[in-house]
Amino acid sequence: MADPTHIKDRPSPAVRAEALESLLTERGLVKSEVLDGFINRFVNDVGPMNGAKVVAKAWTDPDYREHLLADGTGAIKELGFAGPQGEHIVVVENSDDVHNVVVCTLCSCYPWPVLGLPPEWYKDPAYRSRMVREPRTLLSEMGLDLDDEVEVRVWDSSAENRYLVLPQRPDGTDDLSEEELAALVTRDAMVGVARVSAG
Amino acid sequence: MALTLDIEGPAAPPRLNGELVFDTPWEGRSFAMAAALAEGGHFSWYEFRDHLIAAIGRWESDPVGEYRYYERWQEALESIVDELEIVAQPEVDELAAAYAARPPGHDHGDHAHHHDHARHQDHGGHRHRHDHARHQDHGGHRHDHAH
Repeated sequence: MADPTHIKDRPSPAVRAEALESLLTERGLVKSEVLDGFINRFVNDVGPMNGAKVVAKAWTDPDYREHLLADGTGAIKELGFAGPQGEHIVVVENSDDVHNVVVCTLCSCYPWPVLGLPPEWYKDPAYRSRMVREPRTLLSEMGLDLDDEVEVRVWDSSAENRYLVLPQRPDGTDDLSEEELAALVTRDAMVGVARVSAG
Repeated sequence: MALTLDIEGPAAPPRLNGELVFDTPWEGRSFAMAAALAEGGHFSWYEFRDHLIAAIGRWESDPVGEYRYYERWQEALESIVDELEIVAQPEVDELAAAYAARPPGHDHGDHAHHHDHARHQDHGGHRHRHDHARHQDHGGHRHDHAH
């Protein structure tokens, strides 16, 4: 559509998707209502708010935190979040000494049940290559400056594993409820490109 | 004219952390087709991932235009259904070419996403019925082309 070189060579992806849907529908392999259902689910029901609940619970419940770090998939399922790309979720915890950040260099794997579908920048070829090569520089460009003493661990999603960062709980939030804490947790913090701030 | 997105109003498309989940409706359709086929057991997400990695790799080894993730997704989807003999690539090519050749007034080409957005906002759940009607209209054309 926006790319004239593609229009010249082959129909736009919009038209190709329409053609494929038509062919799959004819064969009874997909139904329009089912596709609408998937779209609605990922647009409305599945998103970073799920992950934020997981993080807030881990911050307020030490047993849950332990369970989450030992068995991410199981602990996340316990809160009712499961589905495709959530079969093997590994939770990595930030501390004063270690900062974790997630990337998928080969494609754009992402833990859908807890974060929804990935944002544009996560899918960008520059993010995917630079986060491995020069994480500190890229994080700084994205607004996260880390002290030199902090070790940066970059987690590259594999065919099996999807990663979720458990960010540090910000200072001055002792009086907040689990729900109020969840409202502070952002998608970017759970990918590891931002900190959670007290608001 | 609803050529620009209504960002704030009641018909505004849903957003995720301030970003559209899908930039255009076809991206959602492409995503959902893969999800439906995977859930239906036609292929696993692992197999799909291999095709997605390959499609992304092809673009990266010869970048043409702007990188668009869901274009690579659509390409991966076409290649996996072709490999698994669910829908052959030439069938998609042929029908897509027929759709692309529709006279102006149909929503394709440069205007596709504007019209789609407008329609999505105005009609919400009825969208697929319009699509069905349109598909039926063009079924005949496709057949003609095939002979």
